[in-house]
Amino acid sequence: MSAYSGLSWSDLLFLLDGAGKTILLTALATLFGTVLGIALGWLRDSSRLVGWIVAPYVDVTRSVPLIIQFVLFNSFIAIAGYPLNPLWSGTIVLSSYMGVFTSEVVQAGLQAVRPELRRAGRSLGMGYWTEMRYVTAPLALRVVFPSWIGLVIGLTKDSALVGVIGYIELLRASQILINRTNEAILILLGAGLFYFIICYPISRYSQTLERKLKQ
Amino acid sequence: MFGYSFHWRTVWQEIPQLAEGAIVTLQIAVFSMLIGITLAVLLAVARRNEGSIASRLASVWIEVARNTPCLLQIYLAYFGLGALGINISSYAAVLGAIAFNNAGYLAEILRGGFNSISQTQYAAAHSLGMNSFRVYSYVVLPQVFRVTFRPIMNQSMWALLNTSLGMVIGLKELTGATQFAQSRSFRTFEFFLVAAAMYYVIAKIILGLAALVQWRFLKGGR
Amino acid sequence: MIEIKNLQKSFGQHHVIKGIDLTIDKGEVLCLIGGSGSGKSTMLQCINGLHSIDDGKVLVDEIDVFDKATDLNKLREKIGIVFQQYNAFPHLSAIENVALSPRVVKGMKRKDTLDLAAKHLEHVGLGDKLNHYPSQLSGGQQQRLAIARALAMEPEYMLFDEVTSALDPELVGEVLDTMRMLKDEGMTMIIVTHEIPFAREASDRVAFFDQGKICEIGDARQVINDPRELRTRQFLERVLH
Repeated sequence: MSAYSGLSWSDLLFLLDGAGKTILLTALATLFGTVLGIALGWLRDSSRLVGWIVAPYVDVTRSVPLIIQFVLFNSFIAIAGYPLNPLWSGTIVLSSYMGVFTSEVVQAGLQAVRPELRRAGRSLGMGYWTEMRYVTAPLALRVVFPSWIGLVIGLTKDSALVGVIGYIELLRASQILINRTNEAILILLGAGLFYFIICYPISRYSQTLERKLKQ
Repeated sequence: MFGYSFHWRTVWQEIPQLAEGAIVTLQIAVFSMLIGITLAVLLAVARRNEGSIASRLASVWIEVARNTPCLLQIYLAYFGLGALGINISSYAAVLGAIAFNNAGYLAEILRGGFNSISQTQYAAAHSLGMNSFRVYSYVVLPQVFRVTFRPIMNQSMWALLNTSLGMVIGLKELTGATQFAQSRSFRTFEFFLVAAAMYYVIAKIILGLAALVQWRFLKGGR
Repeated sequence: MIEIKNLQKSFGQHHVIKGIDLTIDKGEVLCLIGGSGSGKSTMLQCINGLHSIDDGKVLVDEIDVFDKATDLNKLREKIGIVFQQYNAFPHLSAIENVALSPRVVKGMKRKDTLDLAAKHLEHVGLGDKLNHYPSQLSGGQQQRLAIARALAMEPEYMLFDEVTSALDPELVGEVLDTMRMLKDEGMTMIIVTHEIPFAREASDRVAFFDQGKICEIGDARQVINDPRELRTRQFLERVLH
């Protein structure tokens, strides 16, 4: 491969390592972000006070570029004297970001369950948690799941921004190689293909699912 | 934060630089939306003619724009075209890539809008002697834009946030200008906090203008 | 004059129109009656080229509707049509709905089109609703708006495709009255309708459609009061009780 592309096998390994880091970061942020989002969405739905308290956090997260959130968090923990390695600061910021967006879809999902149904469950003698477990949660899930998949796709793409705080995921690795090898097109098409292969099938699946659930 | 003293004055002195960056940010956000909407109309119309070459090309555009990172699209415009010998400025690369990205998302939004308009509207307009171009420009598109107004505004928020990626290829939009300004004093936190506040204000201004447009021009109907 | 010669039309396997010959003179009012699926609405929409045809000819003032050289948009300017479904343009007020085509198709000045639109809206009794949006109008008002919109193109023929079928019963009268008014003014009209008494009293001729063919056609009173064909009689008994 090096004969005609200017890329060596070690470069390819470097890219693969970046791809692995992209997946690791996305997986961690999906996990923590979803847990945070479910908790936050449920709290926002069940208590107006909580909704009111977290509103500025939600608003700011949605109106400030993610790249700035990374830089701000990173410099803040440095100032506070608790520097973290880029993987963990990246995970924390992305999880918070994912958590906010997840909480929005969770809240929308809970609100989509008609109050009559919730009352009906309670009137059958179910306790709060029993009703939540067997009536509200399954119904809300049908609304939430397709949007949540959309968020995971977004997260996969957003993980590319963690490069700015020094985490060498796929796109950052690509950029480093571009500067060294002048094989911009080949590298970028390869990286693009990687994201596309992950995101495209999931987005098609979510579209099919959404159509099915609408019927 | 305990042994740290905040230096806001340094930031204050650089405010003109940041403001210049904010103007670039606003420009790219607005232009990329205008170009994006125009392209999206073409993509969405092309897509309605299923099976045609234009429809397939439109699908490829839409799926690539939606399923790869915007930053990668910027890299392709900047480094990729550069490798082909076409050197464009970082401004053009960011504007072009975000317009490409917007077009993909907006085309998908418009598709939903087109589907919400009944066939009888087309029949009625044709029966009044309008050709297809007039049917689209006077009857169909105005309705499509009304039903899709909110998601389009939502996309303009994403366009605004995406402009911050310009920093990575050295464009002095708001984030890039902030990065540049802080590199002299290393007051990173203070500078970026101010930049965050400026993004927040710009976002609110755009939303306010959107509400004004909706109230002034899109009342009535539906 | 509208001439229809041996018209044939299928939707996939479904043969909807099986050879229709019909001539409508200037100034005539013809009502088409018959069961649903008998092909009358499809035939009507063939006259201004909204459906393609499989065989036969449709001539409007000797212009072949389905000739490739025919400018359909030009032809449609002289054939107004109103449909069963309300299809006022929801983003435009009543007056803008009516003024749109004269402006963008005929290239009239905006001011003139607004005057023209106001005139036609007043004519159909909507003079007090000029700036209302379709969503603020009743079904009957929306259908009268659609009539005014078609009239503003100053057509020589008007086609009506079951314009009262989607209306609440109490709103049917106002739309029928508008059509009667047009008849008195000498408009050439082809009306697909289920309102048998209206067809008898407002039209010159009535054609009864059955299974894609004209089963019986003749003087309105004769066909409805004293049909010659058994199938016409059966149909009328069924709908009139």
